[in-house]
Amino acid sequence: MIEIKNLYKDWEEFSLKDINLQIKKGEYFVILGPTGAGKTLLLETVAGFHFPDKGEIWIDGENMTTEPPEDRNVGFIYQDYSLFPHLNVAKNIEFGPKLKGMPKQDIDKESNEIMRLLEISHLSHRYPKTLSGGEQQKVAIARAIITKPNVLLLDEPLSALDRRTQDLLREELKRIHRMEKLTSVHVTHDQMEAMALADRIAVIMDGRVVQVGSPHEIFNKPLNGSIATFVGVENILEGEIKTNRDGIAIIDAGDIELHAISNYKKGKVNVFVRPEDILISKHAQKSSARNVVKGKITKMTNFGAIVRLQLDSGLIASVTKLSVEDLKLGIGEEVYASFKATSVHVVNKEV
Amino acid sequence: MAKTRSLKQSKMFILFCVASFFGLFFIVIVLAEPIFSQLIFGLDDFFSSCTDPEVLSCIGLTIGSSFIATGIAALFGIPLAYILARKNFFGKRLVESVVDLPIMVPHMVAGIALFSVFHRHGLIGEPFFPIIKFFDAIPGVVVAMLFVSAPFFINPVREGFQSVDPRLENVARSLGASPWKAFHRVAIPLAYRHILSGIGMSWGRGISEFAAVILLAYYPMVASTLIYEKFLMHGLEGSRPIAVLLMLICLGIFLSFRSASVKR
Repeated sequence: MIEIKNLYKDWEEFSLKDINLQIKKGEYFVILGPTGAGKTLLLETVAGFHFPDKGEIWIDGENMTTEPPEDRNVGFIYQDYSLFPHLNVAKNIEFGPKLKGMPKQDIDKESNEIMRLLEISHLSHRYPKTLSGGEQQKVAIARAIITKPNVLLLDEPLSALDRRTQDLLREELKRIHRMEKLTSVHVTHDQMEAMALADRIAVIMDGRVVQVGSPHEIFNKPLNGSIATFVGVENILEGEIKTNRDGIAIIDAGDIELHAISNYKKGKVNVFVRPEDILISKHAQKSSARNVVKGKITKMTNFGAIVRLQLDSGLIASVTKLSVEDLKLGIGEEVYASFKATSVHVVNKEV
Repeated sequence: MAKTRSLKQSKMFILFCVASFFGLFFIVIVLAEPIFSQLIFGLDDFFSSCTDPEVLSCIGLTIGSSFIATGIAALFGIPLAYILARKNFFGKRLVESVVDLPIMVPHMVAGIALFSVFHRHGLIGEPFFPIIKFFDAIPGVVVAMLFVSAPFFINPVREGFQSVDPRLENVARSLGASPWKAFHRVAIPLAYRHILSGIGMSWGRGISEFAAVILLAYYPMVASTLIYEKFLMHGLEGSRPIAVLLMLICLGIFLSFRSASVKR
């Protein structure tokens, strides 16, 4: 359990203002916010790499505000993995237990166990620079959880990975969390990632926590316009995977059938499409876009040069004002929304 | 297209090779000529220098004093280099300039300054007189060498620490390492090559110092002083054998340093 009380911190160009959060024991808590919002600073302050200017941090009922990081028993995982380049995989993983003076036999046993759990045993003698991003991140996870921390802190752990590896590692994080019941705080700017992993989400903007709630609350009932712009403008559809052939999944999303690039073979999923990835035309056109959805415009919102179109198919598309004029778009008009399979982001709901 | 490009590129490399050849040629001829002339035409003189106790003790003193100076530079320079690499503070630029100053100051000027501070009635020389004598004594040789060689240690080591991502130390701390342990298990091993290179540079710089040393401690004579004195009295014939011996010893030391710092 982590409690952050009235926390203030200024550091370089970032600042945190009056942060109050309660993270429950065993919870997977995601801190979601745009770049520069102060997310990493908050996480590093919880870890003890910075001391707050004001306020308190409590971990498992102990006031840790002024304790150094080594006495907080937290695991920390950075975006760029931060493995020790001068040590091989096994030595990286054994770094923590060795410091704690664990007997060698126990260290070997635990480290073998954890490498087996994360399926990295075959890498034990390799050096970090010879590993792929996904492998490095698994080693970083192993290194952090072998010390049995009270809290696992993850700073954009998936951002440096390609999409496929992201999918795999996200499942891995979820699996480990389920097994270890570790209180986890995960920082990200990626709504999809937050949606897929979080028990609860805190949205942080300009150094302030602006909303805390379940993924459903955050994405469906954003408290204000700027949160809505950050999280709410996406097309979020619920669906179920029907088939998957050669990495192209066909998803049944209510009235629409979608094609998407995904590893998932079956199950219920959430599907995201960015409004700006959707192309609007008046007639069905032959193109490389795998998804074409016919629908009527039900609402048009003007954002200066950009106009947001709401369609009765449930999709939201954003087009330029010029396109609206050129195509003579208006409410009630029948249009075709097309987008590529690569623009469809799929997140498993049943992990 | 590809062909012309590769042709252009190879033209550039040919020109660069020619330029490199002249650059190297200049260095090699200055160093090799005395060595070969001595070994071919004055082998007897060279061997008698090799066995002359005065020569050997001067060279030993030079190498030893410079080693001690480097040790002192490391003792104080590693913490300073680490702070300069990790922290931003008011006046940091000034501190960095101060560190670089001994490189800029003419060596004779450095000698005058050292003399003024460390002589019998100098600011440091006077209070220390009952314990350590600097003027015309080994400690004088060491402080003169330390002054001129310290920046050659501090600068590469600072660069070394700068190249270590502070987040690695953060992670080490989160895994239970105290600041000391994070420093010696992570920062030091990762800056190891820079530290080794700093030791080599600073040691070499100390061995080669002459002007700053003679003003504070003409005696006991370091190798350079001896060579200078022999040159004044006996010309090239008297001084070159010792110069060649020193050159060969230094070459040996630095080659082994090079190979040690490349190994890892």
